[in-house]
Amino acid sequence: MKVEFTAEQLKEIDKVIERYPEGRQKSALLHVLHMAQDSFGGWLSVPVMDYVASLLKLEPVEVYEVASFYSMYHIKPVGKYVFEVCHTGPCMINGCDNIINYIKQKLNIDVGETTEDGLFTLKTVECLGACGYAPMMQLGDHYKEHLTPQRVDEIIETCRKEAAMAS
Amino acid sequence: MSVKLLLEKAHVEGIKSYEVYRREGGYRAAEKAFKLTPAEITEEVKKSGLRGRGGAGFPTGLKWSFLAKPEGVPRYLVCNADESEPGTFKDRYLMEFIPHILIEGMIISSFALGSNRSYIYIRGEYAWVADILETAIGEARANGWLGKNIQNSGFDCEMYVHRGAGAYICGEETALLESLEGKRGNPRIKPPFPAVKGLYGCPTVVNNVETLAAVVPIINITGEEYAKIGVGRSTGTKLISACGNIKKPGIYEIDMTISVEEFIYSDEYCGGIANGKRLKACIPGGSSVPILPANLLLKTAKGETRYMNYESLSDGGFATGSMMGSGGFIVLDEDQCVVKHTYTLSRFYWHESCGQCSPCREGTGWLEKIMRNMENGKGTMSDIDLLWDVQRRIEGNTICPLGDAAAWPVAAAIRHFRDEFEWHVLNPEKCLTENYGLAHYADPIQVTT
Ligand SMILES: Cc1cc2nc3c(=O)[nH]c(=O)nc-3n(C[C@H](O)[C@H](O)[C@H](O)COP(=O)(O)O)c2cc1C
Ligand code: SF4
Ligand code: FES
Repeated sequence: MKVEFTAEQLKEIDKVIERYPEGRQKSALLHVLHMAQDSFGGWLSVPVMDYVASLLKLEPVEVYEVASFYSMYHIKPVGKYVFEVCHTGPCMINGCDNIINYIKQKLNIDVGETTEDGLFTLKTVECLGACGYAPMMQLGDHYKEHLTPQRVDEIIETCRKEAAMAS
Repeated sequence: MSVKLLLEKAHVEGIKSYEVYRREGGYRAAEKAFKLTPAEITEEVKKSGLRGRGGAGFPTGLKWSFLAKPEGVPRYLVCNADESEPGTFKDRYLMEFIPHILIEGMIISSFALGSNRSYIYIRGEYAWVADILETAIGEARANGWLGKNIQNSGFDCEMYVHRGAGAYICGEETALLESLEGKRGNPRIKPPFPAVKGLYGCPTVVNNVETLAAVVPIINITGEEYAKIGVGRSTGTKLISACGNIKKPGIYEIDMTISVEEFIYSDEYCGGIANGKRLKACIPGGSSVPILPANLLLKTAKGETRYMNYESLSDGGFATGSMMGSGGFIVLDEDQCVVKHTYTLSRFYWHESCGQCSPCREGTGWLEKIMRNMENGKGTMSDIDLLWDVQRRIEGNTICPLGDAAAWPVAAAIRHFRDEFEWHVLNPEKCLTENYGLAHYADPIQVTT
């Protein structure tokens, strides 16, 4: 995969840098890393992080230490769809364990694993601020709330269809 | 019906847009504010008695008055929209459904503080909410509420959204500032406080979303009128995000005069415990505050009614009380296991510790490990004392309050539910499939199903 933002994305990055005072372009790092993860295969490889460092005129290590600190950045490859199921107290009360077990069975993977076809990764995460709509998970830029086995089936089905259309 | 100041218009169709928000009386407070001086606005906020809604409850007007104002140095207002405390999801609601109330509140606050560039630091996972805010900021700018010389006041202000990337610790104000600077979210040693040295080393005020939104009604109705709502030092209204085993989880705006019992059982609020079960315990202010058994939740140790306000919830101190915290109200019914629930919280804090100070880094690791063993029927009686010992060694010995936040839930669980811990030790097999139940914390309320 070519690790290069489009001209339009580079323009967006310039605009983001402008939000911060002169010389504070490092503040744009979190934003640019989100863009990079979305654009270059869903995770941050070393070449991707080095590219981000060069864009923002930072030392590569400044990027590595940030990428490894925040839980939304994946520093290992993940499937096309990452199911991040919340398992903190309030979601536990509302049966997230059942949902996690159901997904494990259905996709035949354990937490932290990716399906063989590279489509799905299952992760458990800590509270996502949706405790009143539990059980729930994050999928890309959206939340899937009030999960039930049926709802999980539908979500998996939709992802599979979308992936088939794209290929 | 209690007073609604923040959510009054939440259900008006299209209130997300500038047009409808304005038509419903939005930006009237900002209009009014630009006719006041910054000092007069701060004075209104002081008079209102508003206390920070992010968790600590520090008086907002006082905090503003600490802001250093050296000549020629920019000042910053930063909105804390990191909202990651388990049980808390109220800020998301405000931003998602009435984004303009936050933006209006921030414009007024920026003017009061002299901040020409203000940031909203929002947790990275709320990606779509960040988009909603961007749209609303764009609308506010297009209508002359942001940019240069706002409403001919001579005041310039820009406002930007800054998305985090998943880290509870970035809700701590100095970690948040580090993260805004594009670094790891490691809390800073205080002093210096952000009011003197904050973002980029400049004087900075960090306030919660709900705090800044509350500035709008304060300016609208005046600080004095705002202070008349509520009771004692709990003035105005508070958003409570209620979750767990209740009939109606969701966001409720309360005026802090209602009792905990009314909040849980009345149809206007939580609607009672779900599935006809009985109330076992509750964490009334987000995962970091002490859990209370039903009997101490509904009545204080003195046998008085407990109310949903700062003073009443903390009545009895940590021995028999809890805290208002962030307003994350987590209800556990008779089928819930306090050991298991506390274990998930210990895991949470261990996962979220930034690792800078050893009592927190090591201590949260110990708590997580011992709690996990306890939950899995592998704990011993001496482990209960060890948990107590570890939590005590964390509390008060760390750079930031995350250490305390990790210690308190464990301490409170042992304090009030020690017999449940002991039952886990004595029943290593049974505890894997069964729960201890209600025991002597029985719900004093008669439930009819
Ligand atoms: C570990 C930790 C996490 C916190 N998370 C949040 C948060 O998500 N949102 C928030 O407003 N305040 C949070 N706070 C409190 C902030 O540090 C700060 O006190 C608050 O933003 C001040 O705003 P206020 O005075 O308006 O409440 C947290 C504090 C700690 C120690
Ligand atoms: S108390 Fe914990 S989270 Fe806070 S600075 Fe120390 S290690 Fe980091
Ligand atoms: S506990 Fe799962 S979203 Fe809060």
